[in-house]
Amino acid sequence: MSYPHAFTPRGLALRRFKPKVLSTSYIALPPSLPHHFEAGRKMSSRRSRISEEEISELVSKLQSLLPEARRRGSGRASAAKLLKETCNYIRKLNREVDDLSNRLSALMATMDSDSAEADIIRSLLRS
Amino acid sequence: MDSENSACGNPNPNPTLGPSKLMLAFRFLRALSLVHRTTPASSRTCRGRRIERAAYASMAYSAGTGRGWSRAVLRRLHHRARRRAVAPRRLSTTAGNRAEALRQLVPGGAGMDYCTLLEETADYIKCLSMQVELMQGIVDSSSSYGP
Repeated sequence: MSYPHAFTPRGLALRRFKPKVLSTSYIALPPSLPHHFEAGRKMSSRRSRISEEEISELVSKLQSLLPEARRRGSGRASAAKLLKETCNYIRKLNREVDDLSNRLSALMATMDSDSAEADIIRSLLRS
Repeated sequence: MDSENSACGNPNPNPTLGPSKLMLAFRFLRALSLVHRTTPASSRTCRGRRIERAAYASMAYSAGTGRGWSRAVLRRLHHRARRRAVAPRRLSTTAGNRAEALRQLVPGGAGMDYCTLLEETADYIKCLSMQVELMQGIVDSSSSYGP
């Protein structure tokens, strides 16, 4: 394995895994089930449990940021679906920035500098 | 573009709380007025692109250099200004990397491990949605008061 961060503490923890341990099916599990891991690899299982908890925490934080707040029973969709929704949301935001900057450019064409500054001050006062 | 460079101030003093909306608004509007002053009125699409670059630049400056994505955005902007070749990616898709689509969307995502990528994505989404709200507010207020 050739992670570039191999020598950071987190990188050293991650190197003990085979890639399939970090598959998406594990992320959906509740983090506190120690008997899923082999008994002989207690150190790595503790580390893997910590970073899987981290991952699931980060994934749920991402889920709370997305606009479609799903109040399901478990409250947690599969990680792959969340990632896809995140990608779609970022693309949508980029499109909106593009569209809004075009509209701003069109608006600025119609104003002269005086009313532009007055408008700027107005929107600052409003926010 | 030097217009975005000159619009920067001090880095964000509250990196953990995220950029304040007022700081974001202040930076963006300052960059916007600079674009308005320096761009000729005829080049409309060029001005649109400059506004978009100003949006990303002010967002990245407000977020500060404590975030990987803001550093990547500023690096990309400065490289464009000096017309250097894009640096090759350090981390290609090896066996342990996932979420390639997300890596392409988040600036600087190619060289991060998975946990860092998730953190950066969350911060990026927060800042980007704040920027979109800000721009929407400017458009709304100016179109309600405009001629």
